[in-house]
Amino acid sequence: MELIVASSIGVLTSVGIYLVLRFRTFPVIVGMSLLTYAVNVFLFASGRLAMNHPPILRDGLVFYADPLPQALVLTAIVISFGMTAVVVVFALGSYLGLGNDKVNDDDVEIDQGRKREEAGR
Amino acid sequence: MSHWIVLPVVLPAMLAAAMTLLARYHAGVERALSLAGLTAFLALALGLAWQAGDGTVTIYQLGAWQAPFGIVLVADRLSTYMVLLLAILSLLVMLHAIGSGWDKRGRHFHPLFQFQIMGIAGAFLTGDIFNLFVFFEVLLIASYGLLVHSGGAKRVRAGTQYVLYNLLGSTLFLFALGTLYAETGTLNMADLAGRVAMIDPGASASIRVAAVLLLLVFAVKAALLPLHFWLPAAYSQAPGPVAALFAIMTKVGAYAIIRIYTLVFPPDLEVTAGLHEVWLLPLALISLAIGMIGVLAARSLDRLVAFAVVGSMGMVMTAIGLMSEAGLTAALYYVAHSTFATAALFLLVDIVGQRRGAGARIEGGAPMVGGPLLGGLFFASAIAMAGLPPLSGFLGKLLILDAAYDSTLIAWIWTVVLGSSLVAVVGFARAGSTVFWKPQQVAKGMDDLEAEQHISEADRDSRGKSAPALPVVAVGGFVALLAAQTIFAGPMTDYMRATVDQLMRPGAYVSTVLDTPGKEISYGHYEDEAGYDESGSSEEGGH
Repeated sequence: MELIVASSIGVLTSVGIYLVLRFRTFPVIVGMSLLTYAVNVFLFASGRLAMNHPPILRDGLVFYADPLPQALVLTAIVISFGMTAVVVVFALGSYLGLGNDKVNDDDVEIDQGRKREEAGR
Repeated sequence: MSHWIVLPVVLPAMLAAAMTLLARYHAGVERALSLAGLTAFLALALGLAWQAGDGTVTIYQLGAWQAPFGIVLVADRLSTYMVLLLAILSLLVMLHAIGSGWDKRGRHFHPLFQFQIMGIAGAFLTGDIFNLFVFFEVLLIASYGLLVHSGGAKRVRAGTQYVLYNLLGSTLFLFALGTLYAETGTLNMADLAGRVAMIDPGASASIRVAAVLLLLVFAVKAALLPLHFWLPAAYSQAPGPVAALFAIMTKVGAYAIIRIYTLVFPPDLEVTAGLHEVWLLPLALISLAIGMIGVLAARSLDRLVAFAVVGSMGMVMTAIGLMSEAGLTAALYYVAHSTFATAALFLLVDIVGQRRGAGARIEGGAPMVGGPLLGGLFFASAIAMAGLPPLSGFLGKLLILDAAYDSTLIAWIWTVVLGSSLVAVVGFARAGSTVFWKPQQVAKGMDDLEAEQHISEADRDSRGKSAPALPVVAVGGFVALLAAQTIFAGPMTDYMRATVDQLMRPGAYVSTVLDTPGKEISYGHYEDEAGYDESGSSEEGGH
């Protein structure tokens, strides 16, 4: 199980980072989602991988599943889900407003420069 | 147990919710509530700072659970100082926002502002590192809304970058926290301090990874090079008062670095040795240099101030990177100075942009209403930001230069700090003389009548037809604070020294957090009815 969990975190992270480095917002957002999935699974693993064990430590128990990482993951899921929604709205807004979905703002600068030239004339 | 400590978090949260529900269609009520709330917040912050001033550490156990199991809020000198800074900043910024009418140019400015304050105050006060993450998210969510306040495609584009960058930072933060938890089994800062110290330096690979990841996350927040790319676009596109409020957001990163790297990974810890001298200090010097070069290269005033933020954060981080008592004292002094100077400049740029036909671009244009006064305020703020005598920036730099004596990088620190000051002076002088002097010369060359016509024309050109006084009062307040910080530099540095002393000897902090008893935790009864009754009665006992 360790191999499956570790390699899935690795694959999700590497694909996520590749997509985050893309030029347009859509792949970047998909990459961000993959990264947040990776970190959620990673947080699960931080409490050690345990199967079929009770979740809370009691007297006389040797093995237990740590419940805290699950609470952390729940918080992380809620936050990352909300954030992804926000960034989708922002990306849509900037796409509809500026007519392209590039992540960088170089064209904005160029646009300002052109306007300034026109104003100078 | 004092409940006052949780109020800086609860008050803005409740107020924001109440404003959204009750007063969203009544701008006047919203403004009054907002101002009242911020005044109460300032009183609270003053009270907490007074309480922590004699060196006592007070904690608040949320839900009355004892520390490593429950979340605690901790009020010591450093956190109350930062909350006080936030309270002063937010009140003056709100005066500007109301005076300039920014709050009416979009929906929900006041609730978002309150949520932002809640997040920042929580980040300063919390004693639990996962809770720090949550408060980071609270302040970021509010800042996304504030950044695109009043809309516009370019602002939304800058907002997209900003959200993406911070989302990436949050993911990194979670990776760091996961590593930290896997290695130590706790997320309470005081508990972490004890457990990290117990780790064998020979088997410390994971904890080193966690320490570096955390430093990266906080460096993103503090806009340290090369992680600063989000800042210039976001801050220059943000509405003026929002950019001024953001002046404290970069300081949240600086605060977190000071807190974590004195408490959890103290400078003399063998496991993370070299993190400060080898990585933090050189990067801070590079940010300082690049920030001030950016000031020289900027083509508009808002971008100029944004790069000045990068530079002044570089200065703060240089002082932090020294990780000595003198260095941290200088850093804490400079944090207040940098917050006020940045806020003053952002507000000024906003006023100038409103009143001039040419907006915030650095080029000559028609003279604006109240030009000489604004020019004078810009002059004072620029002197402070560039670190010239007589204002507080100069004293802050002196403290940093003085603290650098023990460092091996002293030659580099002196060269970069002094060289960057020169570059900043040239940059600010160029911008100030172009914006404030050139138009006056044009006006002087004409007849009085013509000049008058010119002014009225400029008046018509400028977007805000009237020239409200309240925004200028807010800027004046910041300049007065900078002057006060200069005059009372002696007592203030004494207090900073005491603060650093508390940071460097965290015994009282750790014992207060961990040894304060909380609610009884009972094992094994959670399935039967008696267990529930027992926890109910012990909750009453806790109060």
